[in-house]
Amino acid sequence: MYSYSDFDEAFVRARVAQFTDQVNRRLDGSLTEDEFRPLRLMNGLYLQLHAYMLRVAIPYGTVSPRQMRQLAYIADTWDKGYGHFTTRQNIQFNWPKLPDVPAILSALADVEMHAIQTSGNCVRNVTADHFAGAAADEIEDPRPYAELLRQWSTDHPEFQFLPRKFKIAITGAPNDRAVTKAHDIGLRMVKKNGETGFEVIVGGGLGRTPMVGMVVRDFLPIEDLLPYVEAVLSVYNVLGRRDNKYKARIKITLHETGREEITRIVEERFAELKPLFAGHDQALLADIRAAFAPPAFRNAPVDAYDAFYKADPVFRAWADTNLAQHRNDQYVIVTVSIKAHGQTPGDATSDQMRLLADLAETYGHSDLRISHEQNVILPHVHKSDLPAVHAALVKVGLGTANVSLISDIIACPGMDYCALATARSIPVAQEIAIRFNELKLEHEVGPLKIKISGCINACGHHHVGHIGILGLDRAGVENYQITLGGDGTEDATIGEKTGPGFAYDQVVPAVERIVLAYLDLRTSPEETFLQTYRRLGIGPFKAALYETGAQDAA
Amino acid sequence: MSRFTPKVVTANRLREGDAVYLTADDRWTPFHHEAELLEDEAHAQLRLLEAAAQKLIVVGAYLADAKAGPNGPEPTHFREAFRTRGPSNYHHGKQADFAL
Repeated sequence: MYSYSDFDEAFVRARVAQFTDQVNRRLDGSLTEDEFRPLRLMNGLYLQLHAYMLRVAIPYGTVSPRQMRQLAYIADTWDKGYGHFTTRQNIQFNWPKLPDVPAILSALADVEMHAIQTSGNCVRNVTADHFAGAAADEIEDPRPYAELLRQWSTDHPEFQFLPRKFKIAITGAPNDRAVTKAHDIGLRMVKKNGETGFEVIVGGGLGRTPMVGMVVRDFLPIEDLLPYVEAVLSVYNVLGRRDNKYKARIKITLHETGREEITRIVEERFAELKPLFAGHDQALLADIRAAFAPPAFRNAPVDAYDAFYKADPVFRAWADTNLAQHRNDQYVIVTVSIKAHGQTPGDATSDQMRLLADLAETYGHSDLRISHEQNVILPHVHKSDLPAVHAALVKVGLGTANVSLISDIIACPGMDYCALATARSIPVAQEIAIRFNELKLEHEVGPLKIKISGCINACGHHHVGHIGILGLDRAGVENYQITLGGDGTEDATIGEKTGPGFAYDQVVPAVERIVLAYLDLRTSPEETFLQTYRRLGIGPFKAALYETGAQDAA
Repeated sequence: MSRFTPKVVTANRLREGDAVYLTADDRWTPFHHEAELLEDEAHAQLRLLEAAAQKLIVVGAYLADAKAGPNGPEPTHFREAFRTRGPSNYHHGKQADFAL
């Protein structure tokens, strides 16, 4: 993986020193909270309901065993022994104390990590397909481009005070696992006449005005990546609305200006910028590419795996749900579920983090990924090592066989932690998972993505959940709105609202009615929830949800 | 005169970040029931100003709706109720620190 250059190292250390001084000046009264707040947010430090929260970037979701162990050390030393993996491939610590934050940032810098640009109206952590560099369906590993974008966007002087935050996602595969169409800029690698380039999607986003992004360039040559992205940002920086926070994202700019006009202005700006990129970026890219060279894959028999798969039903169930196809036939991609039934989605204890680091070193070519679905990935595991990997995971509560099933739920921290939340989301996720585990139905139900947000800002991606749940405050009571048919893949779709919301204790029964209706409605076990929904529309699901009978199904 | 909903002054501690409440004798307490219940609007605004001036102790002071209870003021909104306890997924925060 990419290692910090002297420049990166010096930059991160200088920022730690600056922020250390800023914290000291806040604590001795030289800085007011109004002065300090933007400074702490620039360094990923929020003040939440019960404590501060530090959001640490995991660029394009790639983390080394050494970094993972350091995250565990931070969790043990300055927090409560765990960390929370988020839908933006970050990790959040929920209980740091302000005087300790400089030491935490220094410990992060020791392993080439930081919390810079994890908040504020700047370019945030660039996210990528968590199977990058391993997936069988991939055109090319997108991470060198993500790293190039990270270097370009970090402390970019023109883009530190954008109208609003700006999120970029990138994938190298046609099967979009990075939700690119719900980002300010989504980049999808495509082939045209044998050449590799990007399809550029702009103006996607969830939140209070969910929109699927629009293609503004169907083929962008690789060497044009930075000047083109810079053109998009610079046009947005000028046109984006600063008068109204709720209309400040680029999706609104795009909507108000129109795709054709925006495309025209962007292309004009691109023509100005392109000559200014004299090839330094391409030289840099060549170095970065070398850092992402694939590991030295082993060539060894896989018979032991086949025998174990046949013999052990628990292993088989796990293998059937948690493994994905690797580009090397002898290897697989292992998704480690951080969604044990009844546990908090995305929370890993320090012991679990250390075990994952050990497994990555012993069996996984020292590579770990964090997915936006709040799981951890071992991207390169030889099939013959799978029984040992599975056995080790089971011992620390990480052997849950539920990836892409109903209990593999995305949930934002919600009102258990977040100051912006309007309702809780974690306990709703916990209870849904427990209920379907009791019913022993989730394997029969098959792929079904539930996504829960505790407020309209949609960190839990509820709009693109097959079943989306949005927690609101309705007259001082938690109330949950349900949407159906959302999809975060290359066929991105915003879910449709079913109707009136449900009280906190009515959400699990409501979800159960929807799922049981699906089991009745599907033509065969092969037809997934989403396929059934697309075939029939919302009608029959609404009828089951509100128990109104088939006559209201239209 | 429009009816004023009783309030307490609440904030987060600057260093620790935990939720605290202003008492009648000018302390910051972690316990909601020890807070001063403010039933007069003018007095509430004055207490909020006094709280906000304590810049080295607390951050983000605001008035939160409350009501009188047998042991002292109680929160009326679920958000404020959560702030008195801690998160629901772990036994962390006040519910653990003070064995509530």
